[in-house]
Amino acid sequence: MEFSYYPGCSLEGMNKAYDKSARLVSKTLGIGLTELNDWNCCGASAYMSIQELRAHLLSARNLAIAEREKKDLVVVCPACLTTLTKSNHYMGEDLKLRRTIASALKAANLQYLGTVKVRHLLEVLVNEIGEQEIKTKVTRPLTSLKVAPYYGCQFTRPFGEFDDKEFPVMLDTLLKWLGAEPVNFPLKAKCCGGMLMTTNEPVGLGLVRSLLDCATQNGAECIATICPLCHITLEAYQGNVNKKFATSFEMPTLYFTQLMGLAFGFSRKELGINEELISSKAVLARRVEAV
Amino acid sequence: MAEKIGVYVCHCGTNIAQTVDCKSVVDYASGLPNVTVAREYQYMCSDPGQELIKKDIKELGLTRVVVASCSPLMHEPTFRRAVEEAGLNQFLFQMANIREQCSWISENKEMATERAKSIVGAAVKRVEFQEPLDVKKVPVNPNVLIVGGGITGIEAALQIADSGKKVYLVEKEPTIGGYMAQFDKTFPTLDCAACILTPKMVSVGQHPNIELLSYSDVTGFSGYVGNFTARIRRRAKYVEEEKCSGCGLCTEKCPVSVPSEFDCGLGKRKAIYRPFPQAVPNVPVIDRDRCLYFTKGVCKVCQKFCPRGAINFEQKETYADLQVGTAILATGFDLFDASKVKQYGYGRLPNVITSLEFERFSHASGPTGGKILLKNGQMPSNIAILHCIGSRDTNFNEYCSRVCCMYSMKIAHLAHEKTGARVYEFYIDLRAFGKGYEEFYKRILEEETIFIRGKAAEVTDVAQTSAERGKLIVVAEDTLLGIVRRIPVDMVVLSVGLEPRKDTTEIARIFSISRSQDGFFLERHPKLAPVSTASDGIFIAGACQGPKDIPDSVAQGAAAAANALSLIDRKEVTLEPTVAFIDEKSCSGCKICIGLCPYNAISFDESKEVSVVNDALCKGCGTCVAACPSGAIGQRNFTDDQLLAEVEAICA
Repeated sequence: MEFSYYPGCSLEGMNKAYDKSARLVSKTLGIGLTELNDWNCCGASAYMSIQELRAHLLSARNLAIAEREKKDLVVVCPACLTTLTKSNHYMGEDLKLRRTIASALKAANLQYLGTVKVRHLLEVLVNEIGEQEIKTKVTRPLTSLKVAPYYGCQFTRPFGEFDDKEFPVMLDTLLKWLGAEPVNFPLKAKCCGGMLMTTNEPVGLGLVRSLLDCATQNGAECIATICPLCHITLEAYQGNVNKKFATSFEMPTLYFTQLMGLAFGFSRKELGINEELISSKAVLARRVEAV
Repeated sequence: MAEKIGVYVCHCGTNIAQTVDCKSVVDYASGLPNVTVAREYQYMCSDPGQELIKKDIKELGLTRVVVASCSPLMHEPTFRRAVEEAGLNQFLFQMANIREQCSWISENKEMATERAKSIVGAAVKRVEFQEPLDVKKVPVNPNVLIVGGGITGIEAALQIADSGKKVYLVEKEPTIGGYMAQFDKTFPTLDCAACILTPKMVSVGQHPNIELLSYSDVTGFSGYVGNFTARIRRRAKYVEEEKCSGCGLCTEKCPVSVPSEFDCGLGKRKAIYRPFPQAVPNVPVIDRDRCLYFTKGVCKVCQKFCPRGAINFEQKETYADLQVGTAILATGFDLFDASKVKQYGYGRLPNVITSLEFERFSHASGPTGGKILLKNGQMPSNIAILHCIGSRDTNFNEYCSRVCCMYSMKIAHLAHEKTGARVYEFYIDLRAFGKGYEEFYKRILEEETIFIRGKAAEVTDVAQTSAERGKLIVVAEDTLLGIVRRIPVDMVVLSVGLEPRKDTTEIARIFSISRSQDGFFLERHPKLAPVSTASDGIFIAGACQGPKDIPDSVAQGAAAAANALSLIDRKEVTLEPTVAFIDEKSCSGCKICIGLCPYNAISFDESKEVSVVNDALCKGCGTCVAACPSGAIGQRNFTDDQLLAEVEAICA
């Protein structure tokens, strides 16, 4: 199964381990990910609300390049997913926008007909690969590892027709296939506070705290993430949360692809698990054999 | 001899004239071959408009008439009648639709005018080839079939039966009564639902003119207006109705206890059961899937105790063919499945219940004897009622379910009265439109119900403060204050909307009627024919046509009854002669048409070895005409000559 792959900016920097593990599990499952040639910023973050047209243009350029490959475009960052899908959607609905973008793309010898489907890797794994295939690759089940499945705000909203928009379940399902135990995590689609850390840190920290609180109270030993920003926010701000609220959280955060890789028998190093800020070593040693 | 054609272009006020230059269409039509006269008029359907046509037929000797106006669905009968009254056969008339198919779909006057000319030109060309047809009259069977025994069907049945006509009332459940039987009180008067419903149910059960077929459904419906045959499947109750006295001993002795559907699973029933004590007919049924005898081959306790020997485990389902002249569908609605909206936690969080479950709690003979209780057996001290669950929501149903605002306020009243709890209503807009409804709203306000304008975003059990701990927290944007509010409560009631029944597609197929975009049955005209359908003799009433409260449902039940009675009292009806006909010389006897006809209107004449169309059964759908490999089948008023002339004119 062949796809174009758009890693997005964060996977080249702070979230390298996500990229590494995503490529590894995809390869194991026979998913060919060909990195998009000469991709640029997806146009996410504050860009869309400040320079909407330019943000759409950034997206459109990526989509135009992807269209030449005639394959679905796989992303792992929900912000990229939302932005690319949003531009796709708007260009489809708004003739004026489509024409403006077409003329801009033309200047770069590009054109976009609107045929690219943008998909998140999690959705591809669950819908295309499925239970049977994934389970056969599990050599080291994550038996009784209690995981809080965290989707963040953008995975299904607003374009998540593939899952329940307000209460997604895909990651829960996948974790069960790996032998892990997804815990009840009612805040699974809530804001991580990531975007607020530079503008309103107290509110952002409050949000991180409630997530950690909720995961802890429901017995989670680690949090599985599907979003680079959620991941960094939960990891990097735990210390600040503990300082501000006099708490003592020490909750490891792992990309869902890292957990898959573990179940598939890869080493911690191959999956970049040794690179996280809050070590998962103790938890994994307790639950997963021979890591 | 050349035909003399009259063309009449209607302005329809400004509906057509605003977008189409009618004068120019008239000038164009005047120049067409065989057109004797072309005129325009503001409202062709009005009396003076029709007079114009009649006068021209008489004075100018017109032999053909074309009216360019609205859809034939709207006014074809009007103009046909006018033509006939002036002495011309009504089928020598053709309607050109320049409203729905032209003016309403265009903003460009020049192009719309050209399009109108083309449509009129095609009609003029076609009308030349039209032939006079004779209308047949057939007698009307006075028996009426009513499907659905909720309050709507009950009202219709009683109205018709009281007039001396025979009614077959078919109900799928073991009892009539529908949703209303499950309700506690009714808005805005707060009458007890049972007190006003059960007397009517009893009347239905005892009425000499009503044959009640409960635990039954319609599996086939054929024939034509005035002369239908309905095939009814009567499911096995395993209790012989004539022998059963309704003493209830069997139910009392039955050892199997399962969740009661009537109580929304909150209470129990037995494997042999009546949904509720006032059921009509007062005869229990055996739930085959739960009965120990049927599942394990043991027990038969009910049979041992029945003093009348009414239990019959060998009973089989039977079929009955009923002859009726008209049918009224009052099949009602389904409630929206609240578990589809995950963020409100229905099925996940305890004490999040639906409005119907609240009704059962509140009902004096419900599972808690009328007490509003939490899972832990205590009374709630704070209750939130969330409006528009599954309604006015583009993710689910776009339409407003119409009844929820009012029943939510009724629930607020009952909750307040029975528990003394503080009640919050989370609403988008408050729609209290009926007689006495606004006054009821005021009363609920005065009872200190707290109205928060904002659709609830979610219900969560994740507390942020100590006051929230152990509570359900309703999160909503208060759009009047412009802030997000978190209200901790003990119980959340989801005011679920109304949906088309799951078997609506099937019923629509059986009765050959259409559905509107929202899935409910489609009425013939939204304002002027609200209980008629496009199929003559088949009427719809109540919530199967769209969400409706009890007063509106009863009004429609009565209206459908009046429509049926009016048809019956005409004693005979006319049949459209626009049916298929077979040229016996060309028919090869391949029988392809027979298998394709959706109305079983074609049979085979073995002696002549040709197919034969029954004019009365044929609905003129044209399927056989298109399918006949020998081109032996034609359709009156849709002949090849007529259609080709029309196409040729458009393409010219």
